[in-house]
Amino acid sequence: MAEQALERANGPAQPIPVEGETRAVTVAPRVDILETDDEILVFADMPGVTAQDVDIRFENGELTVHGRRTASHPDKEKAAREFEVTSYFRSFQVTEQIAADRIEAELKNGVLTLHLPKVEAVKPRRIAVKG
Amino acid sequence: MFPFRRDQFGELVGEFNRMSDEFNRLFGLRPTAAVGPLMNLWADDNNVYAELDLPGVDPAKVEVLVTEGNQLTVQGERTAPEVKGAVWVRQERPVGRFTRQVTLPVLVDADKVDARYEYGVLKLTLPKSEAAKPRKITVKA
Repeated sequence: MAEQALERANGPAQPIPVEGETRAVTVAPRVDILETDDEILVFADMPGVTAQDVDIRFENGELTVHGRRTASHPDKEKAAREFEVTSYFRSFQVTEQIAADRIEAELKNGVLTLHLPKVEAVKPRRIAVKG
Repeated sequence: MFPFRRDQFGELVGEFNRMSDEFNRLFGLRPTAAVGPLMNLWADDNNVYAELDLPGVDPAKVEVLVTEGNQLTVQGERTAPEVKGAVWVRQERPVGRFTRQVTLPVLVDADKVDARYEYGVLKLTLPKSEAAKPRKITVKA
């Protein structure tokens, strides 16, 4: 059901240059997706991003996550550079099985957690058998 | 909606990575990152600065070692989220032990290394040892 509820989760993309910034790149954060009876949980790795710098939008059935991290030590000489992640972007298609108005997000230690609650109609239900 | 995301080669590489992850899972191998977490290094006259992306890691379980004055080792463990009664749908985030070792370009003072963990990034400030600091030599007439 989760694969249907999140019809498309784009895989980790290759760095995409951001216009206007020579070395800036955007990458898709890696995600873990788990499903419980009540909700779908998405964990996204976004190291270096603070809660103020993350923008989560839900529009036309598409949930987009955008995070921006600022460069540290821009003034210093670089001795070795292995990553140059300045932005994170990823989008998810969310079906009507998710109660979009109750989506919640929290950011801790560089990990964004999204709670996507299921609508009542699709929650599994235990049916009592009458004797 | 986002036509620039169509990157055929990138998709192929992604597909290979996913396949390799599936193989690891099939044969019960613990997934490990190829080189460990990525590290950026900067330097000024007094310090060397290192940053490693370690999202969702318990800082108490991260070990930072400086040996022989210029061998920097960072090791720790990443664990997968545990949610009661949950079923995994997709797992892309790496788990397991990681070790990263680099040779710093200069000797540093191992006793004065400052390490802090902020927003999932480990930030190290390693003061250069006195011998490694730049010195201005005055030319005698």
